Amino acid sequence: MSLEVETAAPTQRETQVGSERRRGQETPRRSLARLDIKLSPYLYILPFFIIFAIFGVYPILYTVWLSLTDRSPLNPETSFVGLDNFIELVTEDPQFWNAVYNTFGMFVVATVPQLLLALLLANALNRKIRGQTFFRMAIAMPIITSTAVVALIFSIIYGRDFGLINWLLDQFGIDPIDWRASKPASWFAISTMVDWRWTGYNALIYLAAMQAIPKDLYEAAALDGASRMRQFWSITIPQLRPTIIFTVIISTIGGLQLFTEPLLFTSGSGGLLGGSEGQFQTITMFLVEVMTNRMRWGYAGAVSLVLFVLIALFSILNFLLVRRISSDK
Amino acid sequence: MTTTPLARTSANGKSRRRNSDQPGQLWRATPLTWIGLVIAVFLSFFPFYWMIVIASRTNDAANAWPPPFLPGGNLGENIQRVLTNEDANIFKGLLNSILVSGTITVATVFFGALAGFAFAKLRFRGKNALLLVILASMMVPIQLGVLPLYLLMAELGWLNRMPAVTVPFLISGFGIFMMRQYAEQSVPNELIEAARVDGCSTWRIFWHVVAPALRPAAAVLGLLTFMEQWNQFFWPFVVLADPANPTVQISLRTLNSAYFSDTSQIFAGTLIATLPLFLVFVLFGRQIIGGIMEGAVKS
Repeated sequence: MSLEVETAAPTQRETQVGSERRRGQETPRRSLARLDIKLSPYLYILPFFIIFAIFGVYPILYTVWLSLTDRSPLNPETSFVGLDNFIELVTEDPQFWNAVYNTFGMFVVATVPQLLLALLLANALNRKIRGQTFFRMAIAMPIITSTAVVALIFSIIYGRDFGLINWLLDQFGIDPIDWRASKPASWFAISTMVDWRWTGYNALIYLAAMQAIPKDLYEAAALDGASRMRQFWSITIPQLRPTIIFTVIISTIGGLQLFTEPLLFTSGSGGLLGGSEGQFQTITMFLVEVMTNRMRWGYAGAVSLVLFVLIALFSILNFLLVRRISSDK
Repeated sequence: MTTTPLARTSANGKSRRRNSDQPGQLWRATPLTWIGLVIAVFLSFFPFYWMIVIASRTNDAANAWPPPFLPGGNLGENIQRVLTNEDANIFKGLLNSILVSGTITVATVFFGALAGFAFAKLRFRGKNALLLVILASMMVPIQLGVLPLYLLMAELGWLNRMPAVTVPFLISGFGIFMMRQYAEQSVPNELIEAARVDGCSTWRIFWHVVAPALRPAAAVLGLLTFMEQWNQFFWPFVVLADPANPTVQISLRTLNSAYFSDTSQIFAGTLIATLPLFLVFVLFGRQIIGGIMEGAVKS
């Protein structure tokens, strides 16, 4: 195509360039073109950096400063308190540690089975089956529901008195469970909400990666007498390593920000507290509670920063862990 | 090669024949495969079905033992009740959500394509460093700056108003990144050079040469952005505290925090809030799944 253009236009262009050269000086039109080439790239990426500076960088820097003060709408004056907020948060606030414990607990309870199920599901979809498109659509469909909708539907399903799950348990002669009353029960309920929405999505990501694995590997293994199970663990999993790491990191970042599901698990008011004794209060819920109920803005800044550090550290930790596990196989 | 038609056409005859031989058994579905898939589909669909069941029952029937398993005849009535609920303002919430998600989608696609084009095809100083900044911006959770952002909105007079949930999200690092990837693969450099030689300005090259080539990626990015924004909860919850002017998700939250829990009305609300995305999924499900499978979705 480029050839076509070059042969079509030369006469006109040559004469133009020639006449410009003859004049010796740059015409305004040419310097304009040069300016265009120089400036356009910056102009095109500028909108992002403007928005990011105002609504991304500035608030983050402000958070750092805030966390070193005792600012609050209740305080007429703001004073610098150094690291007091962080010290109080880490050493004197059991509610914070409870929230950390809950967040990490629910992350593990939700993510481990979720990714394992997604792997199995992807492995099933990677076989010769009719209706590929239907199955893919079906398992992906939960992601169209918002976290709020998921939370509301499952809140009813996990109802204590009239909930579907308790009815099912009753059919097997098991006593009804008060799903909001204890840590294990509420963590389980909330984890199923997360898993319902994300398992199919992760399965599709794994499926895409599985389809890229060369079939020769499996054929050679089969000739050597490796069972299907063995092939799955010795070929599929190691080959999927980068993809698994990707999904683990994404799940970590999302999981440690868990908010909507536990918030709406409580109907009526007081959702931010995450149950009568904070059984399922997450770090983000705690952060909003400090902001709006306790009105301690400086302290909230410290919570924000600690949450971010936890996410960063935990992502790195998971990265190292998963890399190790999947390469040992 | 694989079971998808696309991959099968790309496989050569030899490997296909080998697949149908003994090792090909690997790719055959066993009864266990089918059982697993049927269970997965059932679990995937059931909450949607259950949403319809409860949304079409009276509140008494929704809170009964045993729970109802079939849809009833009160859907219209429940929807009417939730639409006229004076606390939840769900109709206004719907309009707001359409406006906010629509605006963000158009802006994200446009600016994503523009900046993606610049990063993929134009030469300028500091390109890699700037790209790294964009990548880093994708990893920062909104919680990190939530309080200053809130105070900023108060300064701007945007509390409880739609600009607060629109303007900060008009351009996404993810969108730029995705468009850059696509532009790199799909727009040949010769095409751009040829247009340059012909005296096209950079803007005309973008508009007439690059933008048309980016259309498939733009469609996927648009769909994913719309879905993501429609479902946004945390930030609207913080900044739209006044239930008088909500997004649809915040309307649902208001319904749920009412003193008297009206289950069938809440479910009618969830149905209304999900319907637009359900339509999007029915129409464009293939593209959405294609987007996910390219690893092109963030959290």
